[in-house]
Amino acid sequence: MSTATDRRLPDDRVPDDQVASGDTSTPPGGRSGRDALSEMSNPHRARAVKDVVARVVMWAAFFLAVVPLVWILGTVIGKGFHMLTTSTWWTGNQRNVNSDDFGGGARHAIEGTLQMVGITALIAVPIGILTAVYLVEYGRGHLARVISFTVDILSGVPSIVAALFIYAIWVTAFGFSRSGFAAALALVLLMIPVIVRSTEEMLKLVPNELREASYALGVPKWATVVKIVLRTAFSGIVTGVLLGIARVMGETAPLLILAPYTKNFQRDLFNGNFPTLPMMINQDRGDFALATAAERMWGAALTLILLVLLLNVIGRVIAHFGAVKK
Amino acid sequence: MSTVTGVSAADQTPGPDGRRPLQADHASTGRVGDRLFGGAATVSGVFVIVLVTLIAIFLIVQAVPALMDNSANFFTSRVWAPGGEQPAFGILEFLWTTVTASAIAMLLSVPVGVAVALFLTQYAPTWMRRPAASLVDLLAAVPSIVYGLWGLIAFAPVFKPVQSFIEDKLGWFPLFAPTGISGGTICFIGVVLAIMVLPIVTALSREVFDQTPTAHKEGALALGATQWEMIRTSVLPFGRPGVISASMLALGRALGETIAVTFLVSALADGNPWSWSLFNGGETFASKIANNASEFSNPNKTGAYIAAGLVLFVLTFVVNSIARVVIERRKAFTE
Repeated sequence: MSTATDRRLPDDRVPDDQVASGDTSTPPGGRSGRDALSEMSNPHRARAVKDVVARVVMWAAFFLAVVPLVWILGTVIGKGFHMLTTSTWWTGNQRNVNSDDFGGGARHAIEGTLQMVGITALIAVPIGILTAVYLVEYGRGHLARVISFTVDILSGVPSIVAALFIYAIWVTAFGFSRSGFAAALALVLLMIPVIVRSTEEMLKLVPNELREASYALGVPKWATVVKIVLRTAFSGIVTGVLLGIARVMGETAPLLILAPYTKNFQRDLFNGNFPTLPMMINQDRGDFALATAAERMWGAALTLILLVLLLNVIGRVIAHFGAVKK
Repeated sequence: MSTVTGVSAADQTPGPDGRRPLQADHASTGRVGDRLFGGAATVSGVFVIVLVTLIAIFLIVQAVPALMDNSANFFTSRVWAPGGEQPAFGILEFLWTTVTASAIAMLLSVPVGVAVALFLTQYAPTWMRRPAASLVDLLAAVPSIVYGLWGLIAFAPVFKPVQSFIEDKLGWFPLFAPTGISGGTICFIGVVLAIMVLPIVTALSREVFDQTPTAHKEGALALGATQWEMIRTSVLPFGRPGVISASMLALGRALGETIAVTFLVSALADGNPWSWSLFNGGETFASKIANNASEFSNPNKTGAYIAAGLVLFVLTFVVNSIARVVIERRKAFTE
């Protein structure tokens, strides 16, 4: 999810490209590609042809890209929607529902997913925000560079490697069993860099004048950061957090390794199997040829997308109304 | 840059007021509150370093004993039998599948993604830009398991005839040799991965292209350039580092993608003859580990999978470092 556009300051100037070339039919000079074709002599015609070819290629690329993407959304909505309207979907679980049975609900998985990402956010958000505060407000010299670099490394760690690491430390070294909490720990690893980067960008948008004014009034640095800087950037930080949650919500690899699925309601994050939406989809993977199983998978997929989308929309709304004012 | 990947190029770039962000100022008063808060921030930062170091250390420590017992060559063997008295395992096959599928994904998604980004910033009618960009952003947020599900159920039947057509016409060429496998071939996985990372490439490239200085573009147009020439001489050179780092980030995603690939792969039988064909099956690092999560029973077996994970970690580390270097160089130019 690209958020920088939304987190940018309210954009009240005309986008550059509209000034330069927004109206493609009459670029400066008054020649459109087509006019140029008919009016110009040979060497110029080659350039004009190239221009038209490029335009055609860009349009073609756009439609080429849109086809599979719309196809995916269309399939998920088309095949998953009626599951969401069944009476038990939002209230029941999958207990005693086999692959070839219709029905059952997803409530256990929805609750499980929300609970897991909630715990993840609880751990990752303070670490992420404090790290960003360090990088922007305190960081200097080698330490800041090294931290910034390791955040980049962390953001590149594949989810399966994060899961293996938590397995190695939590299960093999400490001897705990696989559980929802172990999976949440792996998600923390994936979420920290997202929070750090988004918070960092927001903190940098806070004008220095605010900090200086605060210092001039004799406010100590920590209070300036907490009461001025973080408060000014608050909505942007919340947006980043929501997008970070949305990002880890659909991660499946850590769940595969660390949190085996259960069809029952399960609120205990520390013992036993744990239900989550991605694992609910994964559960029926082997039986996708059965209409009943496929339906359940599409239904769970649509539910997951809706949750992710909801977080994104809330995040954007907050970003829109709470952007840092200049 | 964007939070698609959490990586941003904005570390030291000037803020909106054109100044560098506040560097080490000396506003700290040395009071308890200051020391506590500053300390907490520092500890968090150091914690991140410790975390990354621990990842490397734990993976290495748990991989080494298994590697010591390994009776096959880890890098050149295609056997995967980590259990038992005489464990033997090698990663050659996973390496081939992972790298080839990701390469296909890059070959398809980077040109298309860049073209779509150019379309969205330079060609699209104004009314179309915002909704289309939002659609792309939405798709970048769709969880990968959905791409896997779609690939498995909806896309695989459509891809099948395409594959048989290519096998028919170009089967003499080793890369396209028929293998009798349909469904989760390397090529198919590459295509699905391409569709998956396309929104990422597009979203990041679009942001960079959007920042091309108007003066560059107007300058080109004023010299009589056609729109394409303007793009080629001002937008593309300006956006090149951004496109490269976006591609690297997408490549990192493709290399490490787990669940979508796990949905799609056709595992090969033991002792399968080596084939260069893109229409062969085969597991990637991530899918092999994910598919065998239930096998993590004894330390040696687990160690073998962790060793495979370590190679994947190193692979993505290298890719991300290259992206980082590109970003740094760009900064050096812009400052």
